[in-house]
Amino acid sequence: MTEQLANAAYLGSIILFILALGGLSNQETARRGNFYGMLGMAIALVAAIAGITGNHAILVGTLVVGGAVGFVLARRVQMTQMPELVAMLHSLVGLAAVLVGYATYLDPDGHHYEGAEGTIHYIEIYVGILIGAVTFSGSVIAFLKLSARIGGKPLTLPARHWLNLGLLIVTVVLGIFFVEQSAGGGGLSPLLIMTVIALIFGIHMVMAIGGADMPVVVSMLNSYSGWAAAATGFMLKNDLLIVVGALVGSSGAILSYIMCRAMNRKFLSVIAGGFGSSGGGPAKSGDGEQGEAVAVSAEETAELMGEAKEIMIIPGYGMAVAQAQHTVNEMTKALRGKGVNVRFGIHPVAGRMPGHMNVLLAEAKVPYDIVFEMDEINDDFPDIDVSVVIGANDIVNPSALDEPDSPIAGMPVLECWKGKTTIVLKRSMATGYAGVENPLFFKENTRMLFGDARESLESVLKALDS
Amino acid sequence: MFRPSGTWAADTPEQMQIGIPNEIYEGECRVATTPEVAEHLQKLGFTVAIESGAGEAASFPDAVYRAAGVQVLEDAGELWSSSDIIFKVRAPQGGEIGCLNEGKILVSFIWPAQNEELMKELAATGGTVMAMDSVPRISRAQKLDALSSMANIAGYRAVVEAAQHFGRFFTGQITAAGKVPPAKVLVIGAGVAGLAAIGAARSMGAIVRAFDTRPEVKEQVESMAAEFLMLEFEDDEDGAGEGGYAKVMSEAFIKAEMDLFREQAREVDIIITTALIPGKPAPKLILADMVELMKEGSVIVDLATEQGGNCELSETGKVVVKHGVTLVGYTDLPSRLAAQSSQLYGTNLRHLLTDLSPEKDGTVNVNMEDEVIRGTTVIKDGEITWPPPAPKLSAAPAPKSQPEQTPTVSQETAEPKRSILGFLVPLLLAGGALAGVGSFAPSSFMEHFTVFVLACFVGYMVIWNVSPALHTPLMSVTNAISSIIIIGAIVQFQKADVAPAIVWLAAVAILITAVNIVGGFAVTQRMLEMFRKG
Repeated sequence: MTEQLANAAYLGSIILFILALGGLSNQETARRGNFYGMLGMAIALVAAIAGITGNHAILVGTLVVGGAVGFVLARRVQMTQMPELVAMLHSLVGLAAVLVGYATYLDPDGHHYEGAEGTIHYIEIYVGILIGAVTFSGSVIAFLKLSARIGGKPLTLPARHWLNLGLLIVTVVLGIFFVEQSAGGGGLSPLLIMTVIALIFGIHMVMAIGGADMPVVVSMLNSYSGWAAAATGFMLKNDLLIVVGALVGSSGAILSYIMCRAMNRKFLSVIAGGFGSSGGGPAKSGDGEQGEAVAVSAEETAELMGEAKEIMIIPGYGMAVAQAQHTVNEMTKALRGKGVNVRFGIHPVAGRMPGHMNVLLAEAKVPYDIVFEMDEINDDFPDIDVSVVIGANDIVNPSALDEPDSPIAGMPVLECWKGKTTIVLKRSMATGYAGVENPLFFKENTRMLFGDARESLESVLKALDS
Repeated sequence: MFRPSGTWAADTPEQMQIGIPNEIYEGECRVATTPEVAEHLQKLGFTVAIESGAGEAASFPDAVYRAAGVQVLEDAGELWSSSDIIFKVRAPQGGEIGCLNEGKILVSFIWPAQNEELMKELAATGGTVMAMDSVPRISRAQKLDALSSMANIAGYRAVVEAAQHFGRFFTGQITAAGKVPPAKVLVIGAGVAGLAAIGAARSMGAIVRAFDTRPEVKEQVESMAAEFLMLEFEDDEDGAGEGGYAKVMSEAFIKAEMDLFREQAREVDIIITTALIPGKPAPKLILADMVELMKEGSVIVDLATEQGGNCELSETGKVVVKHGVTLVGYTDLPSRLAAQSSQLYGTNLRHLLTDLSPEKDGTVNVNMEDEVIRGTTVIKDGEITWPPPAPKLSAAPAPKSQPEQTPTVSQETAEPKRSILGFLVPLLLAGGALAGVGSFAPSSFMEHFTVFVLACFVGYMVIWNVSPALHTPLMSVTNAISSIIIIGAIVQFQKADVAPAIVWLAAVAILITAVNIVGGFAVTQRMLEMFRKG
């Protein structure tokens, strides 16, 4: 295949990838979009494979084995584990960027660049490996945190900002050494040292970020994996990689921005880490009098729901933990059968990654046209008879609005307390990830239904049916 | 721990007995404890005894109490003497007062302000008296607020009484036999009783209007789909007094109010008045001339006749017809819905007992440090402790003189005015950076750089359109397509005589990106298939 033909194929796949992302603008076109994505990838692969002359056995073998592993993973994964899977896949992109970077560096043909071109080439290799390594180790740690293999508490080393700054300076200095030495054919040792430093930096960065900020971290790593691909594209002078990397990178960056805005946090302060342990000191209640949380039984909950006309269900990470989404759907069906208007209100940072709740509800076959974003329904709460908060805490905390000292002050929240009654399903009175007391639980029109979300909802469902 | 100085068990805390005597007040149908409540009381460690027939009028026969483990005693005297705690509805009268003695606790409605004589007599017995009408109006005490429970029932019953005396439908209908206009109901005073009346009248289909001197209840009235009548009045006077009740208003205000009622009297079919001011006679709101203005067959239900009535012509405890208008002046509306009232009142008492008996061991501790118990206790061991110190927290919002609302954190701080300079600096910086790159980098790099920057903008435009519900699929699909890096690994194979180290590096890269490509697309497909329309 000629180079021109290959480039034309690449251009085709670029267009298909853009259409794939464009298709996600709504649920009707999303599946078609995904198909475009697959087609684009297939065209690109065929064009690339057609160009090679040897090693076909290795190529096909690795493709088949890798593809099979990926397929099994995708089939087996529980929808509640999506954040872990996504983090793990990000780490693979990072690792691949590192490997391709080294391969390019070791390729003897790659050293024919002269002057400025050479310098730029080596900087590209250096930056590509740097971003890839940070993405790799950061995603691995994010994966471990999300799958609860290590604790979600932020690790705050003393003087961690200075440590990060020190690592950055060392990286830059090593980069200068690397570029100088590479021109003479050396430079492998600064490259290796930098890789180790980048790996440590990635680990440290994600370790320092608290559980509540995980949605930001996952989308940030998404962005990094894109930039890693773009850097590889520069290094290989391949426009396809550059464009796709830029698309993915800006997608992740926008998601990070949306998540940060949803928590009223600055991107830099999320990355600087430590939220949830040092943030704002111990939370205090507004009135001095905390009041008393009123518990309610599953039967009374069912009665309240049965009599309501408008119900808003607000799911949080607790629903995912308890795997309660199917029971939620059964309950929704039962209530809708009785003529109750049931809707879902989704906070942008509910769960552990952007859109997590939507996926869980979709898995349970909750129709998506009754699932709404926070901005769409926040004004409707005064008309809601019963709001059901399932395993959510910080996203329904009124102190975000009326307590300027609160660590979550200014974060937009679902204002469920403006409705007639709020029922909060919770395992205990413990605080959420932000470690902030929630005055919602002590409001007059709030009732607490303690226990595992799924068991509680099953009793509610039983009481509704009888 | 409560230590009775009386004759019985001085040292070892024994299970206390709760006694429920027959209500001797004429026409009183309620009973202080239902069988259901009695079961809960026993769970708190108390034994419960009831005078035979006490629940009869509220449709709770003795047999049901027995089934709930309650001892049924024939003789009132025996019940009073054997019980440590007496639950009643009405304040004690006649011989009942003498039955109280040192160490006993009486819980009932007392109305200490209106019944000074009774208070003295009760104090003389040396017992402890808790008045359910004196429960402080704070959030924590809501579950034992018997006044609200009773007011709620009274409001509902007022509508039922009105419906009985009103000769037409409440709801408007268009039938084969002609059109029926809906009834118009005016509710004056939107407290608990007023809101209950609004709810009941609305659910029967009437057009409901409501008036209250406290403007902050407007929202509550409107939340029940009733119209809140505003007063055309200059001075901004707020009628909210202490404890969530209304206060006495100025003369000018009252005049404007009267004009409004006069105008409404011509229009509406039913007026329900629930206006009360604590410690004062009820305000006269519906004057004789307004009753005359009302249509023939209209109904007025006056819930305040016990305190003198809101209507000039209504008579305490009676139904009278004047100027063709039926005036209902019953004072015992809760008792007319005895089973419901008994159940709610009993539950209020149970909550009080739960507070009194934190250990759940069948004994009580009248803890005068507890704000709720302090307020409710009007006589402690023969000593009058009423009125209590003012409650710390009012259920009503802060008065107007303070800032309207608690300071709210605005979601976004006001957009700082960007000067021309603030607008130009980023542009200049970006331009400078581009010029720097352009003067240093070779043309081949510039080509790729152009593509890169344009692609960032395309990504920016496309991604903002993605529905937030699809953010998770977006991440998995971008993840799959970022594995395009596989092309970088494959091209390593392109050159002839590749070093084995490079082959292996590339092979591993292909392996893991293949996982990513198939995994990413497959899981995206799986997720997208789940999204379905209802």
